[in-house]
Amino acid sequence: MTSAVLFRKVSRHFGPVRAVDGVDLDVGAGEFFAMLGPSGSGKTTCLRLIAGFEQPTAGHIEIFGERAEGVPPYRRNVNTVFQDYALFPHLNILDNVAYGLMVKGVGEVERMKAAEQALEMVKLPGYGRRRPGQLSGGQRQRVALARALVNKPKVLLLDEPLGALDLKLREQMQEELKSLQRALGITFVFVTHDQGEALSMADRVAVFNNGGIVQQGSPQDIYRRPKSRFVADFVGSSNLLPPDVMVSLGGERRWASLRPEAVRLASEGPEALVENVSFLGSATRLAVDLHRTRLHVMLPAGAEVPAVGAPVRLAWSAEDIHYMDDAA
Amino acid sequence: MRSDQNLRSPILLKIAAAGGLLFLHLPILLIFVYAFTTEEKSYQWPPPGLTTRWLAVAWNRPDVWSALTLSVQVACIATAIALVLGTLCAAAVSQTKFFGREAISLLVILPIALPGIITGIALRSAFSLFDIPFSVWTIVLGHATFCVVVVYNNAVARFRRTSGSLIEASMDLGADGFQTFRHVILPNIGTALLAGGMLAFALSFDEVIVTTFTGGQQATLPIWMLEELIRPRQRPVTNVVAMVVVLVTFLPILAAYYLTRDGDQIAGSGK
Repeated sequence: MTSAVLFRKVSRHFGPVRAVDGVDLDVGAGEFFAMLGPSGSGKTTCLRLIAGFEQPTAGHIEIFGERAEGVPPYRRNVNTVFQDYALFPHLNILDNVAYGLMVKGVGEVERMKAAEQALEMVKLPGYGRRRPGQLSGGQRQRVALARALVNKPKVLLLDEPLGALDLKLREQMQEELKSLQRALGITFVFVTHDQGEALSMADRVAVFNNGGIVQQGSPQDIYRRPKSRFVADFVGSSNLLPPDVMVSLGGERRWASLRPEAVRLASEGPEALVENVSFLGSATRLAVDLHRTRLHVMLPAGAEVPAVGAPVRLAWSAEDIHYMDDAA
Repeated sequence: MRSDQNLRSPILLKIAAAGGLLFLHLPILLIFVYAFTTEEKSYQWPPPGLTTRWLAVAWNRPDVWSALTLSVQVACIATAIALVLGTLCAAAVSQTKFFGREAISLLVILPIALPGIITGIALRSAFSLFDIPFSVWTIVLGHATFCVVVVYNNAVARFRRTSGSLIEASMDLGADGFQTFRHVILPNIGTALLAGGMLAFALSFDEVIVTTFTGGQQATLPIWMLEELIRPRQRPVTNVVAMVVVLVTFLPILAAYYLTRDGDQIAGSGK
């Protein structure tokens, strides 16, 4: 099967800055793919390489089997939802949505009908006569989505699509985007720095750092088996255990990660001191000191919560200890 | 309410403001009055009598028409040049980053900051150095130096307020460079260009100093007026011409003012 988006050793350098350096990427057709990373990690440049706003310094890009290097954005069957939405302020909502069809020469009646349908799909029917300035942030986001989807792109690119929305709206849009993607079957590639967003929405996640992909896989895979300290640290609030602590616990002299919910309080096991207790509603999070390393322990609701300063004993299963590759 | 009282200005300030406005605009009214006076040798107050015969006299004088035609011609061409070059320059400075961008921005604005006499002398010596004969085109060139600045300033301000991702969005949706210019860039900067173009036209239309240095035998309207004042002959004719110019230019300037004022809503970014 052909990949929706394929990168082979793709680099994009800006003078001495290696924004993207030797990236290999395979996005399957119909996949919801997340590019996750801190700012400056190269994820947005990768998105712009797919859209055609940037051209690779080296390497090869294919979109559904077609060579993409040197092809301008307006000749790619790829559409983008921009971070600031980039709605045209001089056009009303309907003309904004119909813009792509207008420049392709689709007749007025037909493109207005398609635009109305697209607005219905994003639950904004009847908003066509308004101007972008009269809509809320969440509504503009939906218009931007409709404006991209009306062109029936093969790949939809989303650049931090939910970044400007408040928490409640963001969670709602996450679910809507996901069901929209399932219904349309279009490949979605989205960029985010929010690991929760990436893990909850994507079929597959690529974690970026310093212009390269440090790990690719399913959300579960990345959460449970981070390959490096960077991934463990960035993706989840995983506990990181340094090599000497691992040795004193009877393990290997390597860095390891241990998820807070895998740790429990027991009558046997290594001793730690409770430093902080935070009530989170569905659970209680303890911060404990174990061999001068701070660990988080997630207690399920209803469990007995020790006092701050109290000594506790910790236990976990051996398979929850996950050793990581990097020596650093 | 207290804040209202704080906002209310003292009576003296009001009188001063009214006085300032009168000082600015009463002389213009005087021009109108003298256009209808029966006294043709000097400006006598009050006018000994009123007549409309100077309108007909001005209409029938060929020198009025040739000066007017030349001024309109020069202003039109200079404005056209300014619109093209000013927009291109503003686009380059506001949309891209390159070495020496700030320097170029300053160099473009400089001609309007420099005294006109410097621009005039510089151009005159440059023309004679290259043996370029004085013509309509040398005047046009002289005027274009400062007309470009006016258009540039208007366009660059609008470009800065226009979100850069609009152009990318247009390309992303399948529009090539020309379509993007026509459907996205032009509608967003159009009013700024109209306002800049009108100001450029007005500047060129009453320019004296640079024109004196770059023109040959040709007399533009302001030069013609100056000559009329020095050698009085049917003096009210000058006033008739001045009156017509005021009336004809006032409306477009007013329109430009309102168009640029509304620009904030038109050119806001997508956010």
